[in-house]
Amino acid sequence: MHIVVCIKQVPDSAQIRIHPVTNTIMRQGVPAIINPFDLFSLEEALRLKDKVGARVTVLTMGPPMAETSLRKALSLGADDAVLLTDRKFAGSDTLATSYALTSAIQKLAEEDPVDIVFCGKQTVDGDTAQVGPGIATRLGFEQLTYITKIEDLDIASREIVVQRRSEGGVQVLKTKLPCMITMLEGTNTIRFGKMDDLFRAARYELKTWSRDFTGAEEGRVGLKGSPTVVSKVFVPKPRAEKAKMIVADADTPDAMAAAAIDAIFAAQPKLAGDLLARAAAGL
Amino acid sequence: MSEPSKPQGRKFQLPEHLKIYKNVWVIVEQERGIVHSVSLELLGEARKLADKLGVEVGAVVLGADSPDLNRICGDAIGYGADIVYKVTDPALADYRTDPYCRVMTEVVNTHKPEIVLLGATTLGRDLAGAIATTLATGLTADCTELDIYADNRSLAATRPTFGGTLLCTIQTLAYRPQMATVRPRVMAMPERDDARTGRVIEIQPDLREEDIVTKVLNFIADREQNEAQLAFADIIVSAGKGLGKVENMKLVFDLARVLGAEVGVTRPLVQAGWATNDRQVGQTGKTVRPKLYIAAGISGAIQHRVGMEKSDLILAINTDPNATIFDFAHLGLVGDALKILPALTDAFGRRLSINRMAG
Ligand SMILES: Cc1cc2nc3c(=O)[nH]c(=O)nc-3n(C[C@H](O)[C@H](O)[C@H](O)COP(=O)(O)OP(=O)(O)OC[C@H]3O[C@@H](n4cnc5c(N)ncnc54)[C@H](O)[C@@H]3O)c2cc1C
Ligand SMILES: Cc1cc2nc3c(=O)[nH]c(=O)nc-3n(C[C@H](O)[C@H](O)[C@H](O)COP(=O)(O)OP(=O)(O)OC[C@H]3O[C@@H](n4cnc5c(N)ncnc54)[C@H](O)[C@@H]3O)c2cc1C
Repeated sequence: MHIVVCIKQVPDSAQIRIHPVTNTIMRQGVPAIINPFDLFSLEEALRLKDKVGARVTVLTMGPPMAETSLRKALSLGADDAVLLTDRKFAGSDTLATSYALTSAIQKLAEEDPVDIVFCGKQTVDGDTAQVGPGIATRLGFEQLTYITKIEDLDIASREIVVQRRSEGGVQVLKTKLPCMITMLEGTNTIRFGKMDDLFRAARYELKTWSRDFTGAEEGRVGLKGSPTVVSKVFVPKPRAEKAKMIVADADTPDAMAAAAIDAIFAAQPKLAGDLLARAAAGL
Repeated sequence: MSEPSKPQGRKFQLPEHLKIYKNVWVIVEQERGIVHSVSLELLGEARKLADKLGVEVGAVVLGADSPDLNRICGDAIGYGADIVYKVTDPALADYRTDPYCRVMTEVVNTHKPEIVLLGATTLGRDLAGAIATTLATGLTADCTELDIYADNRSLAATRPTFGGTLLCTIQTLAYRPQMATVRPRVMAMPERDDARTGRVIEIQPDLREEDIVTKVLNFIADREQNEAQLAFADIIVSAGKGLGKVENMKLVFDLARVLGAEVGVTRPLVQAGWATNDRQVGQTGKTVRPKLYIAAGISGAIQHRVGMEKSDLILAINTDPNATIFDFAHLGLVGDALKILPALTDAFGRRLSINRMAG
């Protein structure tokens, strides 16, 4: 079994600040982390490795500094790591990104056929959730997104049974390898790395691959290979007025509650009517 | 929305062979005969875009043939479609990426819409990512606003990034169709017009179940479980860290019961195990648009804000008069939620029952 986990290095979105004058992102000092959702997928891959035995390769496309994310993944127990890095990839949208990553996965498969590709559900910077489906479609793999649970994996028959979140419920799906899986957040706890993996990660010689090396066509990556273009970036307009503060005659909770209900009913007469009708109907 | 400013950056000329792409499409999402409301919201939005472009609205309805499906085709027309592409095959009964992607790729390539919209749901995002790849075109994710650039008739799709701290407007240059997914409850629900008429084009794709690798073994509907239905609630009472401890969640559920409301929470509460993740509101949770959103002990972090700021009326209760949430709530109450929630429960209870006796 060979499992590839795609991880992306992202700025910690909780710590992003916007420059008050220029309205640009202030990246200085913002720590780079592994996209949180990718860790759930990595954990699932490592669990499959523990259970059925597998080689886990982590793959990222990004600037040279993305190396730190790969080493982190190695320290958690991944076996191999590939850094796909090249100026020519800069400005790739999801179509170009999934093309570039697919070219690297195909390169990996020449050595050792790939059975499962894991991606995160989405990233916390681009947030599109489109790269995983892009990779699956290009590889011709079965596509399993929003997976909450891997129920069963049978190596001999190459069959996998998963639970998939849909809008109105949970689908139980049975499919065959090879497949691409994205895990839903919060389904498992992420492990701490073992000491020897930590040492191995520090010494590990990364594979650094360029566009030329994977054979990705130049016109299909970077800005040139991207149908979408960001034409404008701006800070959301703050709402013009602040909240109207509810002031009660007395400072007791009851007086405040009464004043709050008055304010709600005054602002939303229709809602008041609905509530009263509902109450009258004895619901 | 006002006219978006002119696109900056690269100039482009639409290649001649792409100029025949016309009409604005919505892929209508239905699961087990129930149409997702985001699809109806999108039909309203598609109508506005199509009117600006002077073209028609197309709705694609996929599934196994059934009376439900016919009803959904009628709904699509009532909510704004001029043409319904009714695509039926037993293999389309349940959503699976592969057959849906194959069929949609073919229908788009045959009928050549210039814009294709889907809901940013588990189905819509799964399918959109796949067909944008087979069609080799651009896809803008999770949009909150759509408009048309007047000078070149291209789609201006605005979406949040970096967890909502920034918005960006994206366009798809020399590729067609232009694709976008849109979050549920961001666009207003249009009025249904029963007098509207439209044509239905029936399409029977060539699918064979034995060619489809993935099988649906089971479907466990939320309705039969006990999942929170936040996305459709009229009133939501939400709790944040300010509630202090898990025992105090009762205060929120008590108020919700009196109001017939759903209970929402911030992410730290899910992480602390005070609530299940189907109740989380925000960037990595649900987007909601209730008539009334009561936020108790919630600071108003951007990741929470993006999930609830479209609520019609937001009442915030917070001990800190400088809490961020007061910057975007409509009504603010500075005070202890642990005392105000029970007082609200009592007061609402009394008002509603008094009126019941009087009425
Ligand atoms: C402001 C802004 C807005 C953007 N909006 C769009 C848009 O609407 N449409 C569009 O096509 N592009 C958009 N992009 C470009 C997009 O962010 C990049 O293409 C990005 O490389 C991949 O998209 P994502 O971060 O959304 O990944 P997602 O599709 O959300 O990521 C899903 C998973 O794919 C894997 N993955 C993603 N990127 C990498 C990587 N570099 N290396 C390894 N694994 C990876 C990870 O497992 C990740 O969890 C935008 C960029 C910016 C700066
Ligand atoms: C990638 C990422 C994704 C995220 N996604 C989400 C998401 O989807 N949804 C989400 O909610 N968060 C999300 N977060 C977390 C978010 O950044 C905030 O940490 C979170 O919203 C804060 O929750 P809170 O308001 O409950 O808690 P706090 O920020 O701790 O605020 C508690 C508030 O309660 C007030 N308070 C204290 N005591 C009382 C009292 N007795 N009565 C009244 N008020 C009181 C305090 O003044 C304070 O304002 C995400 C974060 C990241 C990094």
